[in-house]
Amino acid sequence: MAGMALNSDTPQTKTTSSLINDPRVRGIFYQILTVVLLVLFVWTVAQNTIHNLQRANIASGFDFLKGRAGFDIGQSMIAYSSDSTYGRALVVGILNTLQVAIIGIITASIIGFIVGIARLSNNWLIAKLAQIYVEVFRNIPPLLVIFFWYKGVLTILPQARDSLVLPLGSFLNNRGLFVPKPIWGDGTWMMLVALLVGIVATVIIARWAKQRQMRTGQPFHTVWTGLALIIGLPAVTFIALGSPITFDFPIAGRFNLSGGSVLGPEFMSLYLALSFYTAAFIAEIVRAGIRSVAKGQTEAANALGLRSTEITRLIVLPQALRIIIPPLTSQYLNLTKNSSLAVAVGFADVVAIGGTMLNQTGQAVEIVALWLVIYLTISVSTAVLMNWFNSRMALVER
Amino acid sequence: MKKTVLSAALGAAVLGLASAASAATLDDVKAKGFVTCGVSAGIPGFSNPDDKGEWTGLDVDYCRGIAAAVFGDAKKAKFVPLSSKDRFPALQSGEVDVLTRNTTWTISRDTSLGFNFRTVNYYDGQGFIVKKSLNVKSAMELSGAAVCVQTGTTTELNLADYFKANNLQYNPVVFEKEADATTAYDSGRCDVYTTDQSGLYAIRLKMKNPDENMVLPEVISKEPLGPAVRQGDDKWFDVVSWVHYAMVNAEEFDITSKNVDEKKASGGPDIKRMLGAEDGGKIGTDLGLTNEWAYNIVKMVGNYGEVFDRNVGPGSPLKIERGLNALWSKGGLQYAPPIR
Repeated sequence: MAGMALNSDTPQTKTTSSLINDPRVRGIFYQILTVVLLVLFVWTVAQNTIHNLQRANIASGFDFLKGRAGFDIGQSMIAYSSDSTYGRALVVGILNTLQVAIIGIITASIIGFIVGIARLSNNWLIAKLAQIYVEVFRNIPPLLVIFFWYKGVLTILPQARDSLVLPLGSFLNNRGLFVPKPIWGDGTWMMLVALLVGIVATVIIARWAKQRQMRTGQPFHTVWTGLALIIGLPAVTFIALGSPITFDFPIAGRFNLSGGSVLGPEFMSLYLALSFYTAAFIAEIVRAGIRSVAKGQTEAANALGLRSTEITRLIVLPQALRIIIPPLTSQYLNLTKNSSLAVAVGFADVVAIGGTMLNQTGQAVEIVALWLVIYLTISVSTAVLMNWFNSRMALVER
Repeated sequence: MKKTVLSAALGAAVLGLASAASAATLDDVKAKGFVTCGVSAGIPGFSNPDDKGEWTGLDVDYCRGIAAAVFGDAKKAKFVPLSSKDRFPALQSGEVDVLTRNTTWTISRDTSLGFNFRTVNYYDGQGFIVKKSLNVKSAMELSGAAVCVQTGTTTELNLADYFKANNLQYNPVVFEKEADATTAYDSGRCDVYTTDQSGLYAIRLKMKNPDENMVLPEVISKEPLGPAVRQGDDKWFDVVSWVHYAMVNAEEFDITSKNVDEKKASGGPDIKRMLGAEDGGKIGTDLGLTNEWAYNIVKMVGNYGEVFDRNVGPGSPLKIERGLNALWSKGGLQYAPPIR
């Protein structure tokens, strides 16, 4: 702006010196220079890589993904054997990463919210315990937390032959947690339908209840009705169908328990460590969010005669969430990225499996590129989802 | 105008790259004054730092042999400990000059990874170690076992093949570092640990109670372990190969680090030729080294038999038999082309 004003003041048209002195022209020049240098840098790196790969006679490209993997993976959510392709092995890794990230995010959020609220408790002991929790977990590197769970807690569990017997036919030993595996009989799909119907009905009822409350001021027990629908409908279907689900119980085999589902100590330690570690940060975010709601809001709500649960639900939380959600997104991204520490305890996440592939095929550049793309995709998707949630929660300005 | 600047700059970058990329490792090694070897991070007998922090082992001595041949000084060797995952990129990128890291010679490593193998400094085979208390006498009884294994190795692939071929079930527990895998086995996370048999004997010594563990009789694979160099650098490849052959030839001729001076003075013509005492000999200089190269190897490091005994054989805690690694004339596979 200043430059334009200067130009309009001076009557003579652009000379070289005025061009150099024009901040707008200079700005454009430096921007072009930066872009050119950046392109040049990237191009040089790419050329250098290609050149060196050719020099070392290393085949490049992504054809190797179609080859037979030849190695086995301990934890897989989809059918996988050593005859599967490298591509499928990578998918197994992605699913394992997503599994630990999603379950971890849910658990970390629950623990984080509880601890965050506990830190604001009027009860001295609860507040102090929450504070100690936060200070301990927040100040230890996540890798050590993983080792703590893996070496300190899970591998000192009893051997397979002396498994701890847990309720509901479950067992716990140093090979993991063995739980009965449900076997879906005929008509199980109807229960899924019932569950979906329950969820849809709850959403519709919640909308109707909100509108009615807006109109008439009459409240409605949405939560209880919803719970009854979501749990009740599938339960009724289950009984009506004559209990179609049976369970495969773990039994003692020669080396270990066989049958049932097993959550290995590698998964458990990673999951617990990430959850507990990230929960400490989430707790602080939650506390900050709640503290940011002015005290007058609570007092005003009190004066209006709202109950304390209503004050939290209707006054404090909606305002606190606006503060909480953006930093929460960062924590979710951190948790997902920290899951790559799985390699330390031998959990088959996308980094561990990619590392094996890298070694068997030697396609280092391709696999590192795949890693980057995979994590970028997961992170951007999480961020987009959280931004959408944030915009829904944001203050509606009129 | 912007375009011309850009293309001129790109052209300059291409020229710069073309001159930077040379493939003469021997010259590079001589210029920097030491040889950099990739070794494993700690396998007793092969490459392991001792209590003084000095690297010891069969693979380490191979590297010292290269240093002795190139510089006449076995100490001019630097060791880079590498995990099984890091070893190939480290060699490809030039971080190490040679990989002397109990690496199995396979066709895919020879071709698609862009390496060259020629000599085998240890003939190995993959085996299993189990706790005696499990009462397992054969690998065929291992169905349903949890097996600890190191990632990115031929071991991992052989394991999958062997269990599949014999219709056995197993649960692989895969670690990046050997130490993590063996600790997991030792603490009972796995029923079985598998690696090359030489490694099993070495690792057994490190366990809490070595006597409670036993190596099963089955050997399920061929594991010829030897040094690897980058493809397309024949001169360096020759140097690395002939270091091993010189050590084996020395054992054939009964030349040891102790009697090498005596042999050099009074040995037969083939011994004199090898040790560089022949008049007008140019075997060493043709190799790009001095004519004393083989003498230096034997003097400073020893012949193959000495190195074997000291690191993994009777002179070491491992006490592994020569077996396949005996000289060809004594029923083994170690055979070296003649030096003439």
